[in-house]
Amino acid sequence: MANPVSHVGYKAVRFVQGLGSLAAFTADIARSALTPPVRFAAFARELYKLGVRSLLIICVCGLAVGMVLGLQGHHTLVRFGAQRSLGAVVGLSLIRELGPVLTALLVAGRAGSATAAEIGAMVVTEQLNGLRMLSIDPVSLVIKPKAAAMLVVTPLLTALFIACGLYGGYLVGVGLLAGDPGSYMSSLRSAVNFHNDIECCMLKSAVFGLLLGLIATYRGYTSAPTAEGVSAATTASVVISSVTVLLTDYVITALWGI
Amino acid sequence: MDRSPLRDFFVGLFVLAGIAAIAYLSISIGGFSWHGPTGLKLSAAFDETGELAVRAPVVIAGVRVGEVATIALQDDFRARVEMDLDPTLKLPTDTSASIVTAGVLGDRYIELQPGGDEKLLKSGDRIAFTESAIVLERLIGQLLYGTTKGKAADHGTGAATTAPVQTP
Repeated sequence: MANPVSHVGYKAVRFVQGLGSLAAFTADIARSALTPPVRFAAFARELYKLGVRSLLIICVCGLAVGMVLGLQGHHTLVRFGAQRSLGAVVGLSLIRELGPVLTALLVAGRAGSATAAEIGAMVVTEQLNGLRMLSIDPVSLVIKPKAAAMLVVTPLLTALFIACGLYGGYLVGVGLLAGDPGSYMSSLRSAVNFHNDIECCMLKSAVFGLLLGLIATYRGYTSAPTAEGVSAATTASVVISSVTVLLTDYVITALWGI
Repeated sequence: MDRSPLRDFFVGLFVLAGIAAIAYLSISIGGFSWHGPTGLKLSAAFDETGELAVRAPVVIAGVRVGEVATIALQDDFRARVEMDLDPTLKLPTDTSASIVTAGVLGDRYIELQPGGDEKLLKSGDRIAFTESAIVLERLIGQLLYGTTKGKAADHGTGAATTAPVQTP
């Protein structure tokens, strides 16, 4: 331990071990997703907890982000006499970047942390071990519905976030700053292209949803069976999810973006 | 694992709202434009494309009818521009294509001027009559140096060579 070189080595081995165990966990979920008990009721309950309960925060944040984009965009564009392209500025920034990323960050904070804490608490109270005693696979009953719900919920919430954001930009650009409603919508429509922008946006948010579900459930599942362990798992879930989302966003944009 | 009708109703509502938002973004905002395999694909060769970009609009009489699909260099060092147009368009074979600029410093786009021929262009055809982009810097260079012949020779290729070329 005193030797700094071997400390680095120890950390590296731990990191690779962590990656390997995450991969094994992912394979476990994939296998249980393909084998019969569908767990539809649990899936619907998770959709409610992760999706419906996040709806308000997503819509309010989307509206706020859209309004800020409208205001900032207007003040910048007015210098060039280009207020007519406000719709394009708001729409493209929301659809290409801010929508998927901010939604993923909000979902990580709102739903990912709750998921990790819930599974962590199950580990502490030995509920998962209890399930194993009854020869019920906890991955199938507890983990799979949560990860699947996260994958489904994130693109839906992203679309709602963007719709609210577009409306927020419209409110500020047209309502508050007395812009022209026709030019807002027409610059928005002519700038946004389905194949380049909307597809890229949906792809991003689906990847984010997958990652959020995996990270949150993995952190909860492997948390130490103590109160401190649960709190560490919750924190780690939010931190790792956020960093992963931002890094993955760059990679996806670099690979598929134009 | 109780089923509660109210909760299921909200979940259904949420999923439907999400799908509706995706559909709105795709269809109304994104607009399934001229991207189907049935689109009318035409190509044209230009001596100079300026800053013409992929996905720049193609217009007829100011109405957008398609977009630029690819820009590549041909063997004879001219630029080959492929356009993806509205498949319902009926263009005569003597249609001409010119690269123009929106405003003084605006974006480049392609304007088509339909001719009067009775034969129509088919997908994959080549537009024979093209007018290249006007490069503003060269025009200014010609204005400044082009008037006195000696100076134009001194400045060599950059300033003196090209006025916008009409290619048959």
